[in-house]
Amino acid sequence: MTIFIPTPLRPYAGGQDTVEVAAATVGESLQALTLAHPDLRNHLFTGEGKLRAFVNLYLNDEDVRYLPGKEATAVTAADTLSIIPSIAGGA
Amino acid sequence: MGVLHITREVYEQMRAHGEETYPHECCGALLGKSTADGWQVEAAVRAGNTRTDSAHNRYQISPVELIRIEREARGRGLGIAGFYHSHPDHPAQWSQTDLAEAHWLGCCYVITAVAQGKATVTNSFLLAGATEEEKRFELEIIRIKEAPSNL
Repeated sequence: MTIFIPTPLRPYAGGQDTVEVAAATVGESLQALTLAHPDLRNHLFTGEGKLRAFVNLYLNDEDVRYLPGKEATAVTAADTLSIIPSIAGGA
Repeated sequence: MGVLHITREVYEQMRAHGEETYPHECCGALLGKSTADGWQVEAAVRAGNTRTDSAHNRYQISPVELIRIEREARGRGLGIAGFYHSHPDHPAQWSQTDLAEAHWLGCCYVITAVAQGKATVTNSFLLAGATEEEKRFELEIIRIKEAPSNL
């Protein structure tokens, strides 16, 4: 499956904007991603191994946190996973 | 000090957006190319502010919209250089909220002060640092590229 890498994380993914991985679930795809690009791990996960709160994951067009299986959701080779750090702020 | 290169057209589009949404904060993405001399911004893409509960002093862009913007950027051979938003009746200076909610390391965060409906100062801040824990805003010089007919 294809993982879309957001602009700020591309330097840690060999400069690539997409990475192809073989995985059975969303969680496994992230493991495969950080195995191939270890520098991404600290940007995506806390020291306790949890996904950082500001990292949004979209499986195709659906927010993974709202899927029944969350990161255990099964994926196919045709699926895409988008990593989107939050954008917010204000005066 | 870092530099943000931006065309006059895009610069004015950002500021106009802030005037249109006043007294609420506007927000959007800046598309461009990364160079050794800083980001070269070539386009601005307006986004919706999902903080309808507090739009006068808060903004948020939905991840779904960001996916669309990233897709558009890829199609145009560009990357997301950063984001812009406005501060209605408030200085063009990053706030603690701006810093806490900033996570696009290496990207620019452009803020326009809109006083009584009129855009005044526009500042750009690079989100520097190698990690979330080290992140900080650094003021950048904005270098406006005039269109040939404006010279």
